[in-house]
Amino acid sequence: MDLFANAIVAGVLLGAFYAAVAVGLAITFGQLDIVNIAHPAFVIVGSYIAWIVNSRLGIDPVLVGVLASPLFFVAGALVYRVYYAAFERTGQESLSGLAFFFGVMFIIEVSLILVYGVDYRNVTASYIGESIELGYVGIPLRLLVPFLAASLMTGGVWLYLSRTFTGRAILAVAQDRLALQLMGADPVRIKQWAFGLAIGTTAIAGALLIIIGPVEPSVGRVYIGRAFAVVVLGGMGSIPGMIIAALLLGVVESFVSTFAGPSWAPAVAFGVLLLTLAVRPSGLFGRA
Amino acid sequence: MKFVKVCFALAVAAFAGLAAAADPIKIGFGMALTGPLGGNGKAALIAMEIWKDDVNKAGGLLGRKVEFVYYDDATQPKNVPSIYTKLLDVDKVDLVVSSYGTNVIAPAMAVVMRKKMAFPALFGLAVNDQFGYDRYFQIMPAGPEPKTDWSRGFFELAAAQNPKPKTVAIVAADSEFALNAAAGARKNAEAKGFKIVYDKTYPPPTTDFTPIVRAIQAENPDVVFVASYPPDSAGMVKAANEVGLKAKLFGGGMVGLQYATFQKNLGPMLENIVNYDFWVPAPTLNFPGVNEFLKKYQHEAEGKGVDPLGHYLPPYAYAYMQVLGQAVEATKSLDQGKLAEYMHSHTFKTVVGDVKFGKNGEWATSRMLMVQFRNIKPNDLEQFSKVGSRVVLYPPAFKSGDIVYPYKQ
Repeated sequence: MDLFANAIVAGVLLGAFYAAVAVGLAITFGQLDIVNIAHPAFVIVGSYIAWIVNSRLGIDPVLVGVLASPLFFVAGALVYRVYYAAFERTGQESLSGLAFFFGVMFIIEVSLILVYGVDYRNVTASYIGESIELGYVGIPLRLLVPFLAASLMTGGVWLYLSRTFTGRAILAVAQDRLALQLMGADPVRIKQWAFGLAIGTTAIAGALLIIIGPVEPSVGRVYIGRAFAVVVLGGMGSIPGMIIAALLLGVVESFVSTFAGPSWAPAVAFGVLLLTLAVRPSGLFGRA
Repeated sequence: MKFVKVCFALAVAAFAGLAAAADPIKIGFGMALTGPLGGNGKAALIAMEIWKDDVNKAGGLLGRKVEFVYYDDATQPKNVPSIYTKLLDVDKVDLVVSSYGTNVIAPAMAVVMRKKMAFPALFGLAVNDQFGYDRYFQIMPAGPEPKTDWSRGFFELAAAQNPKPKTVAIVAADSEFALNAAAGARKNAEAKGFKIVYDKTYPPPTTDFTPIVRAIQAENPDVVFVASYPPDSAGMVKAANEVGLKAKLFGGGMVGLQYATFQKNLGPMLENIVNYDFWVPAPTLNFPGVNEFLKKYQHEAEGKGVDPLGHYLPPYAYAYMQVLGQAVEATKSLDQGKLAEYMHSHTFKTVVGDVKFGKNGEWATSRMLMVQFRNIKPNDLEQFSKVGSRVVLYPPAFKSGDIVYPYKQ
């Protein structure tokens, strides 16, 4: 019984973290149709910034992530500008765009290696290594803090997209670019804003990643598959769908790890993805 | 006329000098400078460069300067065969040594064997088991039966406790090194009469280890043996502390706990863990030259984003070059057959002590240390440079203290 309860709690905590990594991708890949394969690389930059500030000034990594996100927003907007000018405007976005983001990923990785070396990096915070007991269930604070921060962030992005004018304009540009243009809004500016927002979330996701475990420059690649899977499973661009998909992936992984053996976890998790897509090709919350 | 003659003589002398200078001994290798093992690969390179500078300052090998030709294999096995082919066919290096780690040593073997090169190798577990190559020399002190020697000390320590523990859990990463280590652990556990109650592997990209540790805890094993790679080792240690793992002996084959950055970060969470190591500051391991070497290494490593203390790999990276260098000097030759024969038949004096290779190119006798973390303070790198923070428990010849048992007091 307590194994069962712990597996669910651990899965939900892990799932919320996956959601934090994938929420930006749900915007870029799901809504803007930009295959930003460099997304996890930006997450790693977020981790490094959290590490640098934490190790020099001792500031909490989550706070560093929040403070760094406006800078990431600007960087994201700039990257989109380059992408738009070079590929999207000329209609070459599909394959060349993919190559572009591959390039961005490599440039980020190599730059981190050249500047900071390849050693693993860690942060220190008072809650790392501590855990609280609630009846049967033990909750490591190292996973609880990222869970809370991730929930606030993904919830915030969801509210922003569904309740504010700009947020709805982002959803609109995803659905019908021409209609948005006819309403007098500039789709390029909206997309630039959305891309900035997506990259902004990576500053926080990166901080959460380095709280959970050590980070080195190429560790982001581990999350490419999971992040894309979560977005596809959630229904390409639906934020609530993405959140449920991330939690599902986390819980399935945790369950299989506990009861069947950790080696099966990714296989079963991706099996669930394939099954879901076979039954609902547009994903959990996708519009058919 | 005299002026012209002098000029001519000077030109000839300069040319001869240039020719001599342009004829160095080239040592080629791939190295894991980026990718998952990049941190250690870079540290190894620093150690090897220190060896090169030391040798060149002392006049080189056979009176010729030593030069390195190396490429980054990015810890990717697929890059390795082409690197060694290029080194041998295009760069025409005189000698080769291996990259760092099992996964990038094994793919070099076919190329190196075809060219019949003597092949000093840096930290591969049981690589030569599959090849049986008589010119392979492994500097890692795993021993003649690397798979079982790797964890022999851990299980001997377990069996020596009173009352003797009964049950064992084995958990390993799904990768060649860890699976080999787990296979050896299984054999050792059975040989010592332990009952294996949990025996599973996990995929390398695992983010959260608490479900794994809970599943282990549910089986209530006395001994937990872990074979893991660096980020996973950190995840496993954190999860064991968070879940409150109640095992009596915990550790074994966790890679990463030997690195200074991990030690500093994990701090008191490491307390009483018994894990393998290759060198720690202890009076029993005070080999001639090792402290001088570490001083140089620590100076060079500053600001390069590599292990700042360099206890684990760098002395061995220096030592495998020493083996090669001493063999070249002693045989006065670059003949690969003669070098290999010499390496098989002689004992080498190195910064990691006396090195003697057995028939299969592994150390003739194992020197896998089992060390225990003791009285670890939080966030203090300096403590790991001192004697006492890591106590050598095994083998008896190098023992520096007694075990604290059980793991959780």
